Amino acid sequence: MTKDLEKRLDNVYESYKEGRISRRDFVKFIGISGAALGLTGGPFGLVNKAFASKSITCHSWGGSTSEALRKFAFDPFTKATGIEVVDAAFAGMDAFLTQVKASYPPGGEFNIAHLSAVYDYARYKALGFNVVLDESKIPNLKNVMKKMIDTLKGITDGNLSAVPFDLGQTGIAYNTDQISKAKAEELGASLLYEKSLKGKLGSWGGDFRTNMWYAALHTGQNPNNIKDVDAVWAVLKEQRELIKKYWASGSELMSLLANGDIYATVAWSGRVAGLQKQGHPIGYLAPDGTYSWMEYMYVLKGTDLNIAQKLLNFMLEPEAAIAVAKGQSYPPSLDPTKVDIPEEVQKLPAFDPTGKLNGYQFADPDYWNSHQLEWAEKWDRIRAGK
Amino acid sequence: MKNKSFRPWLLLSPSLTAVFLLLVVPVCFVVVYSFWLRAPSGADIPAFQFGNYAKFFADFFYPGILLKTIRVALETVFFCLIMGYIPAYFFYKTESKFKPFLMILVMLPFWISFIIRTLSWINILGDSGMINHFFLQMGLIKEPFAMLYNEGAVIMGLLQYLLPFMILNIYVSLDGIDNSLTEAAKGLGCTEWQAFREVTLPLSLPGVSAGCLLVFVLTCGTYLPPMILGGPGDELIANLIFKRVIGTLDWPFGSAISTILMGLLAVIVYTYNKYMGISQIFNALSKE
Repeated sequence: MTKDLEKRLDNVYESYKEGRISRRDFVKFIGISGAALGLTGGPFGLVNKAFASKSITCHSWGGSTSEALRKFAFDPFTKATGIEVVDAAFAGMDAFLTQVKASYPPGGEFNIAHLSAVYDYARYKALGFNVVLDESKIPNLKNVMKKMIDTLKGITDGNLSAVPFDLGQTGIAYNTDQISKAKAEELGASLLYEKSLKGKLGSWGGDFRTNMWYAALHTGQNPNNIKDVDAVWAVLKEQRELIKKYWASGSELMSLLANGDIYATVAWSGRVAGLQKQGHPIGYLAPDGTYSWMEYMYVLKGTDLNIAQKLLNFMLEPEAAIAVAKGQSYPPSLDPTKVDIPEEVQKLPAFDPTGKLNGYQFADPDYWNSHQLEWAEKWDRIRAGK
Repeated sequence: MKNKSFRPWLLLSPSLTAVFLLLVVPVCFVVVYSFWLRAPSGADIPAFQFGNYAKFFADFFYPGILLKTIRVALETVFFCLIMGYIPAYFFYKTESKFKPFLMILVMLPFWISFIIRTLSWINILGDSGMINHFFLQMGLIKEPFAMLYNEGAVIMGLLQYLLPFMILNIYVSLDGIDNSLTEAAKGLGCTEWQAFREVTLPLSLPGVSAGCLLVFVLTCGTYLPPMILGGPGDELIANLIFKRVIGTLDWPFGSAISTILMGLLAVIVYTYNKYMGISQIFNALSKE
């Protein structure tokens, strides 16, 4: 129909140029054609085209992470396939889940999200936003560490709704000009509760888990099975008096450490690596039981799975995954026993040369999600000094 | 006659439609949500129960933060009033050719993102910020002053955000005062100060009232300055709503807190109207 219309418009234009029809009639015809297009194709056609066009949206963390993804994964993918990847950033995992929950149809406006932590994988599943990926269409999954895949499959009944992409830790960052390496290693998790650092400590205010995790380690408990919760709350109350700032974002964390506003805090390993690259005197400590997490590319319900699987497979190509890892300072999910990992990536915090992730302690999704509401509210009270 | 009464509504209809769809309807949703329940997964369960309200008043934690919000809002109003009246009066009195330029300076902060303006205080008040850096370099102090991450810094951030609203409200009110009134007062023997106290100040009160109300309401609903500039325990009620809605996906409880805040503000505005007369404020502001 559109072609017919184009042909007719060309004919009318020719007639007008040749003087066979008046200017008034020509304008009238254009007007009527415009209205017809508007009703039957035009704007609606554009919308349809946008929906039908080969593009996919990927939400990530913004900053250096999104930049690395865009430069080393999305742009090359678009060049290779012609499929556009719309690069978007979310404010945080909780904020993104709220957006997904508020979307209509639920989850339908979003495609892929670069999420972190297994308990969130479980939350998305519980809310019904998961899909079943066809693993045969993602052959590069064979290079991914088995433990990471099995962890996700354990939650989604043996299927995958995401592919593991990288891993990291929430360890402890400390200012090496103010705290010696020996002292930091001697204190371990207790460095975060050191009274001599009053007014120079920080912590992540937005996550009760991270704070409880290290409080559990400090009180000699298993973070995934805390027996004495009161002891955890008690030390968090004490710690509050030592805290200068509960930071709310990665950039705030980096700013506080770089400016010397705080000397020690829980910190995301990639951000610490970023500070070290910039030459700041920041050390990284990963005590026994360090909080580890994996990041994955979660495919949301309603997404075109063919395009998503194509993109995910491309992102797991060693060349792309390693380049992204270098860019965002988090080691990839690729198994180092199957893929050659360059030395620069091997030096990143949380890198595991064995590919087995033995000794890496991840948050148990069932345990943490079952207490989420109660503990998040209790954490708010602790922060408020109650 | 019939046409005449219909015309204003016709002219108002686009604005009223927008207010209805973008404000009234969402607020109704919030109120309805406040009676719902949250499933363990974070999904919402339609219900009609008062559990969320009961939870809010179960102990003093949530009301305490609400009261603290009111206190911080009152402090902000006080400082805004003190700091806002003087420049507004200056703009009213000055005949300088730079007056338009100075007025633009008041509006200038609006050209910059609120978040960036708030973040910029970190570079000024922080331990390695401009002020501490200066004093440390001069050898006047050995340890940096703790100026950031406390309630003072939060109020500073709020002042920076809200001061222009106060100045402009007072200025509009002052600008509507007939100069001949103060001249007449002076002609009758008043000193400059007496003329201000007896004539200018009372006539500017509608603008002061409007500014105070605006600053108060905006402070009660803001969450960025406490989040960025506040320390442990400096959060206000809006931060709590944010955490319940975003952090724990507890939309019903977040809605209940929002409804309580809205209700409280409605009572305050109603009382304010009763004693200060908001209709008079609008009358005064619309003069000239």
